[in-house]
Amino acid sequence: MAQDLYAGSNETTEGKVFTVTGQDWDSITEGLDDVAERVVVNMGPQHPSTHGVLRLILELEGETVTEARCGIGYLHTGIEKNMEYRSWVQGVTFCTRMDYLSPFYNEMTYVLGVEKLLGLGDGDGDDGVPEKAQVMRVLLMELNRISSHLVAIATGGMEIGALTVMTIGFRERELVLDLFELITGLRMNHAFIRPGGVAQDLPPGALDEIRGFVSLMRKRLPEYADLCNENPIFKGRLEGVGHLDLAGCLALGLTGPVLRSTGYPWDLRKTQPYCGYETYDFDVQTWDTSDSYGRFRVRLAEMWESLRIVEQAADRLAKLEGAPVMVADKKIAWPSQLAIGSDGLGNSLDHIRHIMGESMEALIHHFKLVTEGFRVPPGQAYVPVESPRGELGAHVVSDGGTRPFRAHFRDPSFTNLQATSVMSEGGMVADVIVAIASIDPVMGGVDR
Amino acid sequence: MSPDNTQDPSGDAKLPAQPGQVESMGTRHGMFGVSGSGDTSGYGGLVKQTVFPGPSQRPYGGWYDEAADALESRLKATGLTTAVEKVVVDRGEITFHVRRDDLPFVVQMFRDDEALRFEMCLGVSGVHYPGDTGRELHAVYHLLSMSYNRRVRLEVSVPDADAHIPSIVSIYPTNDWHERETYDMFGIVFDGHPALTRILMPDDWPGHPQRKDYPLGGIPVEYKGGTVPPPDQRRSYS
Repeated sequence: MAQDLYAGSNETTEGKVFTVTGQDWDSITEGLDDVAERVVVNMGPQHPSTHGVLRLILELEGETVTEARCGIGYLHTGIEKNMEYRSWVQGVTFCTRMDYLSPFYNEMTYVLGVEKLLGLGDGDGDDGVPEKAQVMRVLLMELNRISSHLVAIATGGMEIGALTVMTIGFRERELVLDLFELITGLRMNHAFIRPGGVAQDLPPGALDEIRGFVSLMRKRLPEYADLCNENPIFKGRLEGVGHLDLAGCLALGLTGPVLRSTGYPWDLRKTQPYCGYETYDFDVQTWDTSDSYGRFRVRLAEMWESLRIVEQAADRLAKLEGAPVMVADKKIAWPSQLAIGSDGLGNSLDHIRHIMGESMEALIHHFKLVTEGFRVPPGQAYVPVESPRGELGAHVVSDGGTRPFRAHFRDPSFTNLQATSVMSEGGMVADVIVAIASIDPVMGGVDR
Repeated sequence: MSPDNTQDPSGDAKLPAQPGQVESMGTRHGMFGVSGSGDTSGYGGLVKQTVFPGPSQRPYGGWYDEAADALESRLKATGLTTAVEKVVVDRGEITFHVRRDDLPFVVQMFRDDEALRFEMCLGVSGVHYPGDTGRELHAVYHLLSMSYNRRVRLEVSVPDADAHIPSIVSIYPTNDWHERETYDMFGIVFDGHPALTRILMPDDWPGHPQRKDYPLGGIPVEYKGGTVPPPDQRRSYS
């Protein structure tokens, strides 16, 4: 047995402790003769199939899991606390890093909360968020849903040995990230959705790229169905695994694809629409098996729906060329005019010329917003959005200052992960992996 | 569950402005965070009350009144008329401030009453208001009714010196981890929780980091004994 430099020797009253480091099974089995069948296994926090730094404490009898618990907190970075010492706009930069597979949703729920506190209306009028900004938000969120579901399916496939699903999943995700890079300048952690609108207008040619992506995805999405839907090994691993019915979902607070796999069409985009989702044509996808296979099918079908929404958003954006993407109120609109010059991305020269040479007011607004930020009237708000993993909401509290007094994120990964024990106890060790993959937790969101 | 069952019916209550009962949560001094820095602008002498939205008067509007009626009649039937301290309707969201001892009962009613049916709890979020003397720690619960497509917020306030709130894990099991997180971050003890341990911070961590009085530390720098002050003591706009 390998000597563990870090753990040292362990004396417990429960039984013998073995530290396994790999390829040392022979030396362990020698000492196992006098040990009972019941073993407690620590899986993770560093394990390829625990979706990030998730620690699972499994009590096993043979290969059957009798008790499963989660240890979390390994990725806790104090994002909520950090946001209390940054301005309202800078908060976006922090919360986008929580659930790193769906950054736009983190930004969106926070920004919707701030906009509600500010009293910025939806859409029409001079005092509201402009229509083009709302359409761009929807477009980016739905592209993000595709990329997030692709990772869920890809990593879930990898964990059961379906490596082709992984390679094609990441191949397509790369295309989405290219679009993000084109539109926001960054592939992840965009900080693009700001209180009052979005940071930048669409770059030239973006709509063509988006349309090209949609038509390519229409050809490629059937590949996932061909590879998995009727694949006997895939079905054998997923069907009936990680079962959780509707009552269980409601009691444990599960939302998103897990809830919809029980056949209940609960989707905040339909039931409590935001950003104008009520004006888009799409369907809520459900399945009726309440198991991992159902969740896979829900995710697959949701990507088709997202493509439909992306297409409609692109059509609307084509008609909105030149429209504003930030609220008209110059005391809130962050002056983030950027442009690509010969030396890379930087402040737009037009903007510099405007504030330095043309408008004293614009200079004052720029200076005040960048140094001090804006004040938000005291109160609290909670505006949830339907993230790829379920209901993501930000409880935003203001005390009237230039910084959030408190921002708390109700992350769906955090809540859904509580179902691990219910889904996997009584099953096999190998099914724990499938059950967790079907929840699709992202530890950046769980631990924040 | 049609979309016209609006989420925010507060606009329906065609009322003049609500009688202004103010809720002060503390005072803000100056404009630049720190004092005594030789600021001669005069802004450093500003004193401003932090005023939160005060209690609302009936009618609240739309289904808010239906829900409040249902709650009130049930409370009357059980003699717990003081369970709800006040109701705040603000920015299209309704908040019931609940006395802490009655929280489990009120929450159970929100879940089980036919006219309420809030099937899902979206967890608990703590907020620390050091200026709200005697009620420094607030626990905020968001409830969702999928049957009626409604949302309400419950708020419980407790003094820092006696930070105990009854756990509602037996009513909404989803609150297990949420209550652990709020305990971890604010030190609110949820009595009756099956295993109230830290969840995000290490088990042996001292203090509760999200509290406003949690020391943030500073960074010593190697320049004539200088330090970078902690963020809450830096000069900044406040």
